[in-house]
Amino acid sequence: MRNRFLQDKRFLTSSILLAALCVLALIAPIAAPYSYDAVGVGPNLAPPSPQFWMGTDVLGRDLMSRILFGARVSLAVGFCTAAFSLVLGTITGAVAGYFGGRTDRVLMTVVDVFSIFPMLLLAILVSLVLGRGFAGIFLSIGLTTWVTQARLVRALVLQARELPYVEAGRAIGLSHPSILFKHILPNLLGPMVVSLTFQIPNNILTESFLSFTGLGLQPPYASWGTLANEGFRGLLSYPHLMIFPGLALFITMIGFHFLGDSLRDILDPKSSIGSHTHS
Amino acid sequence: MFQFLMKRLLQTFYTFAFLIVATFFLLRLAPGGPFDGDKVWPPEVKANIDAKYGLDRPLVSQFLSWAADLARGDLRESFHYIGTPVREIISEALPPSLLLGGWALLIALVMGIALGVLSAWKRRTWLDFSAMFLAVSGITLPTFLIATLLVLLFSSYLGWLPPALWEDRKSMVLPVLTLSFRPLAIIARMTRTTLLEVLHADFIRTAHSKGLTETRVLFKHALRNALIPVVTLLAPITASLITGSYVVETIFQIPGLGQHFVTSVIDRDYPLVMGMTLTFGVVLILCNLAVDLTYGLIDPRIRLEKDS
Repeated sequence: MRNRFLQDKRFLTSSILLAALCVLALIAPIAAPYSYDAVGVGPNLAPPSPQFWMGTDVLGRDLMSRILFGARVSLAVGFCTAAFSLVLGTITGAVAGYFGGRTDRVLMTVVDVFSIFPMLLLAILVSLVLGRGFAGIFLSIGLTTWVTQARLVRALVLQARELPYVEAGRAIGLSHPSILFKHILPNLLGPMVVSLTFQIPNNILTESFLSFTGLGLQPPYASWGTLANEGFRGLLSYPHLMIFPGLALFITMIGFHFLGDSLRDILDPKSSIGSHTHS
Repeated sequence: MFQFLMKRLLQTFYTFAFLIVATFFLLRLAPGGPFDGDKVWPPEVKANIDAKYGLDRPLVSQFLSWAADLARGDLRESFHYIGTPVREIISEALPPSLLLGGWALLIALVMGIALGVLSAWKRRTWLDFSAMFLAVSGITLPTFLIATLLVLLFSSYLGWLPPALWEDRKSMVLPVLTLSFRPLAIIARMTRTTLLEVLHADFIRTAHSKGLTETRVLFKHALRNALIPVVTLLAPITASLITGSYVVETIFQIPGLGQHFVTSVIDRDYPLVMGMTLTFGVVLILCNLAVDLTYGLIDPRIRLEKDS
């Protein structure tokens, strides 16, 4: 198993890339040449130059510093919302799949209701109630994406509960929670990890959509989506303001995409279903 | 079939009702009202306005009277565009959005399946690699970056197409291309993966050994089976087209539904928000139903009555 990780070039390249991104985000205060909200460190709307590698924005703020700080927001949203949907989705899906019958029907109806709720609308409503901040974004993405995880885990548990080791567990008198959480779920870790590596980038992308529509964090805080939104107004004259945040997002997406692909081949050779998402 | 349809319709009705009720009450939870603009009204005027629109009554009774109007097909008048019926606003904004989404979906389906088949058929050739490069970039590029690049290339640099607005056919090209790129990529990848899997199945070997030509085996036997998972993708893809179309409509300044989605909520234009929610709900539900029915057409083995 360990060898398969080390031999897979896609896995190595993409995990090094993503690790580097996370480190850059963590050390943003040290790595960034300027502060993200320092106004007028350079001329306004300057194109990329040796001093300002990615140019400056309308208030003369250094774009590269803003993108480095934006990485913290974008990555944090991606990881936190994925963790939220992992926990909520796994518990719901596992319980529904394992117990079946009425429990299954009730839980899956809840899942259906959530999956039909238009995310944009939910995001707007949540941001109205909670205000436009991290909590609002987190909740609106989390509440619309956990259903995917719930459906996946339910399908996996449905298959697993018919297997001999589960029957053996029942025969020696293990309790249901112990069979489900100590025996079945650890066996499903592979597909769950794979689905998580597809969920994180999707959520990052979704956050960028929300911020792009003006529903995200408020200035001076910035995620990549907010930055692109600021750049969008001057698209034709100052394309660098939109291209660099977009590129940052693109590189992150590529990293997660290949990480997910390689993990799927390593951990879950049976499935071949790709990254299908909304957003 | 009929039984299945009825069951699905009933289930759809529940979710739809929940959507409506949740939106109505969540909207009222939010602070601020429709007439809290820049002007500060004298309390008597404010009370008068609230009484005129029934905003002073308890929430539940407001909801019931709104639902009663809805049952008669009346969506009421907008608070923001005073005097304009919500139905009129929506029926003006719906055609551009449907056109944009419909074309994008059509292009994504046709081109996506074609690219997927091509790269599975010519596996490990430059055709396969370039098709999959396109697919990966479609999945990983954010929509606004795709739009930026297309506008810079085709409007700014080459000057072939207008950078925005929704007037003639030429102005529709870039928005439709932008919106279709991501679903196209997802469909192409899915088609390739499932087609490659199907090509290893026993019935394909049988078809070959019967002496059928390769193209016949590919299109008549393999593709039909490979398309089933692709159909599954259509429901999330349609949902993504709706969200995606908002971004595309903003960038290209298209007078579609997208423009009302955010502003109506910010204006607390309650009747318009409810009208928008209804419209989106209906579109989404119709798409999901269509997908369910398509399954049965493509794969006769799927019996809808027993399922779900």
